[in-house]
Amino acid sequence: MPRTLVVAGNGPVGHRLVEALRDRDTAGEWRVEVFAEESRPAYDRVALTSYVDTWDPLALQLDGATYEGDDLVTLHLGDPVTAIDRTARKVSTASGSTVEYDALVLATGSYPFVPPVPGHDLPGCHVYRTIEDLDAIRADAERSTRGRRAALVVGGGLLGLEAAKALRDMGLSPHVVELAPRLMPLQVDDGGGGLLRNLIEKLDVTVHPGTGTQSIEEDRGRLLAKLGNGTELDVDLVVFSAGVRPRDQLAREAGLAVGERGGIAVGPDCVTSDENIYAIGECACVNGMVYGLVAPGNAMAEVVADRLLGGQSTFERGDLSTKLKLLGVDVASFGDAHAKTEGALEVVFNDAVAGTYKKLVVSDDAKTLLGGVLVGDAAQYPLLRPLVGRDLPGDPAAMIAPAGGAPAVGVGALPDEAQVCSCNNVTKGAINGAITEGCVDVPGLKECTRAGTTCGSCVPMLKQLLEAAGVQQSNALCEHFPQKRAELFEIIRSTGVHTFSELISRYGTGHGCDICKPAVASMLASLGNGHILDGEQATLQDTNDHFLANMQRNGTYSVVPRIPGGEITPAKLMVIAQVAQDFGLYTKITGGQRIDLFGATVDQLPEIWKRLVDAGFESGHAYGKALRTVKSCVGDTWCRYGVQDSVRLAIELELRYRGLRAPHKIKAAVSGCARECAEARGKDFGVIATEHGWNLYVGGNGGFTPRHAELFVSDVDTETLFRYIDRFLMFYVRTADRLQRTAAWIEAMEGGMEHLREVIVDDKLGICEDLDAAMAKHVESYADEWAGVLDDPAKLARFRSFVNAPGTPDPTITFREERGQSVPLGMPAVVTR
Amino acid sequence: MTAVEVWTPVCTVADLIPNRGAAALLEGNEQVAIFRSSTDEVYALSNIDPFSGAAVLSRGIVGDLKGVPVVASPMHKQHFDLRTGACVDDPDVTVAVYPVRVEDGTILVGRP
Repeated sequence: MPRTLVVAGNGPVGHRLVEALRDRDTAGEWRVEVFAEESRPAYDRVALTSYVDTWDPLALQLDGATYEGDDLVTLHLGDPVTAIDRTARKVSTASGSTVEYDALVLATGSYPFVPPVPGHDLPGCHVYRTIEDLDAIRADAERSTRGRRAALVVGGGLLGLEAAKALRDMGLSPHVVELAPRLMPLQVDDGGGGLLRNLIEKLDVTVHPGTGTQSIEEDRGRLLAKLGNGTELDVDLVVFSAGVRPRDQLAREAGLAVGERGGIAVGPDCVTSDENIYAIGECACVNGMVYGLVAPGNAMAEVVADRLLGGQSTFERGDLSTKLKLLGVDVASFGDAHAKTEGALEVVFNDAVAGTYKKLVVSDDAKTLLGGVLVGDAAQYPLLRPLVGRDLPGDPAAMIAPAGGAPAVGVGALPDEAQVCSCNNVTKGAINGAITEGCVDVPGLKECTRAGTTCGSCVPMLKQLLEAAGVQQSNALCEHFPQKRAELFEIIRSTGVHTFSELISRYGTGHGCDICKPAVASMLASLGNGHILDGEQATLQDTNDHFLANMQRNGTYSVVPRIPGGEITPAKLMVIAQVAQDFGLYTKITGGQRIDLFGATVDQLPEIWKRLVDAGFESGHAYGKALRTVKSCVGDTWCRYGVQDSVRLAIELELRYRGLRAPHKIKAAVSGCARECAEARGKDFGVIATEHGWNLYVGGNGGFTPRHAELFVSDVDTETLFRYIDRFLMFYVRTADRLQRTAAWIEAMEGGMEHLREVIVDDKLGICEDLDAAMAKHVESYADEWAGVLDDPAKLARFRSFVNAPGTPDPTITFREERGQSVPLGMPAVVTR
Repeated sequence: MTAVEVWTPVCTVADLIPNRGAAALLEGNEQVAIFRSSTDEVYALSNIDPFSGAAVLSRGIVGDLKGVPVVASPMHKQHFDLRTGACVDDPDVTVAVYPVRVEDGTILVGRP
């Protein structure tokens, strides 16, 4: 009988605790009841500002936040814990239920502090913490229509600047008021704050440092804010971001000890004054310190998960280092950024021209790094932060000097116990351990160690560690070509080489193999090189492409005609049925809304396809690394919930991209409403209808490592949708590695989804015209591959069982009957595994 | 007493595409995979992929690994040396090699 853990709070830290516990609790010792105040599963509050890009709450949802499929976790949304009965060890919740616990974890987070300024509670005044807060800000921002729309942000710390960015993205001109003489007073010093202000004011954000907000009044439908320095601002809305306070009310009412300035008092073991109750994250006060950052909260979550299973780990001292991009400006602060250590020395480079400010704080002998501030360029942060408290590898000034002979700080300088990923507390030693155990790339390291999975700032370090460990990050396609696929693609495209033999003699060595031949064949096909069985190309194709069918375990093939969008007339359905009947083919509906006919021999393939082509079918490319299907739900033609015609769009998309050869198979789907019956988010590209247009998601797949596609653009019209998908697919075809699905391609891309958006939407690389033209050429030159075989006696001649006995069936192929259909009879393998 | 050599004519060299194979049927339902290289060497191996038991080796991709001419099984991609039948990926596995002769453009396959 498992014990019961009650978790009060479902923010990122509460979720991390449940995840960490469920990861380790393989024996199922604990059953977890999570009580959440908000009505949606845990989401990434750190990335709250990015909600403005998509207005899609799901895009922020944390991985695994619904605990779907985990019988040991129950998530109660919109039902916060309201009281704790410590004697009976049970909690009551808002819905009136009571639950007994063996252990209770308080992860109630914090609430925004609103200074008692007169008028702070007027309509139009907001805080900045939840998705609902942003929805309310958006509603107000859209309501105001008169004049130049402006907003006041009270508080110029990290959160205030995030809020300013969100407001600017909503089309308002933000004013930021900060009591301290500089922005981000907790993280940066005066010098860094000065530069930060300059950089940020260039972005249409007005900064009012060294003054407070005295009052807010209603004024002819807008708000009038009066500042301490006499400035008066007409604004449409006000956002308070003046810090947060720990939510310790529940603990206070239950008589638990709290810190002097609030926060539930815990020791390094995260245990409160009641041994059965823990507190973690922003509501906890660890040895007198309250941490308002996610990384220390995650570390506490890991400590409690470990202790619940009998471990002894402790939370030592939270790392307050921060690196972020605020309004496009890099800011990083780490260690003793304000040089409070006795005798600390500061080394500063302030380059106003380049717009960078760099400061290192070092010990009095200039040997040990204590901390630092980087503004404008924080590229050195991942290497500097782990060095805090350690001997510097060189002269501190040289390390941050503007370009020119400075010795680069390398990963080699770090000791094994140095923390490389501060979000997930992963040391250099742990990463090297994973490399020794066989991790060969960054995605592998992410999976094994979790390093780089939160803020991503340590990813460059992971690459360096792989290199330092001698893991060859070889991009060579195979032993015959030193180039990676994308490079070969560019070579073929720019030189016009159109045969494998010319390509390998000019750019490779040897005769080729089963890796490079199909890869080159695919690239030639993507570039429109005629029929895939023309001339030498026929010798490059894998057996599936060579016979335009899918080889099965006994050497027979399966046949999949294209059924665009999964829509088919009864008459065509009867043709398929008749063909299957006449050739004795095992028949099954596929996952892609079409029909697969199994058990055809090579001799039978042309006869089967003759019948299918005559009835108007064409190749479904189920055999190729190519567009497979565009699945759809029935859409608004029939469905009473549908908002758009998903079937029509799916058919148009499938006909547009049919035959497109790619580094791997491409699957797609279109759903006619947000209920998502077509499962579009499980596809390489998925489209979901909205009231106003279409939302496009990219980078999803099923398979070994299932991934949900992520929102790429929302509410676009059909023309824009086609344009973006055209570019997405062409860019993928040109730059992905061999057998790399879109999800892995995006993940491996420097800059990830954001970069992809810049390329496709903003045309940052200036290649969109070219991509558009390439797709137009593909659409124009498409021809059915099977019709091409049937029309050509030379190609037809290859479909024979035996060169000296055409038409004689392969004697090794035999069938038995199962559930009324033919299935292969097992064949004796010579080698047993 | 001399041993009887049996040679079966299976096709002409021109029937084969360079760097691609074809299957041929011998007496007793034996199947061979015949390959023609780009320099017109002709090889013959058993057509049965020993790992799956399926008669498919003739449909594999032909190439070279570190200079060794190979065919890759289309089933699970193990490579077999076209000259010796040895599996490159598993030293314990070999497929039968058939002697081949070309006379007047006709390919003749003998007994292994």
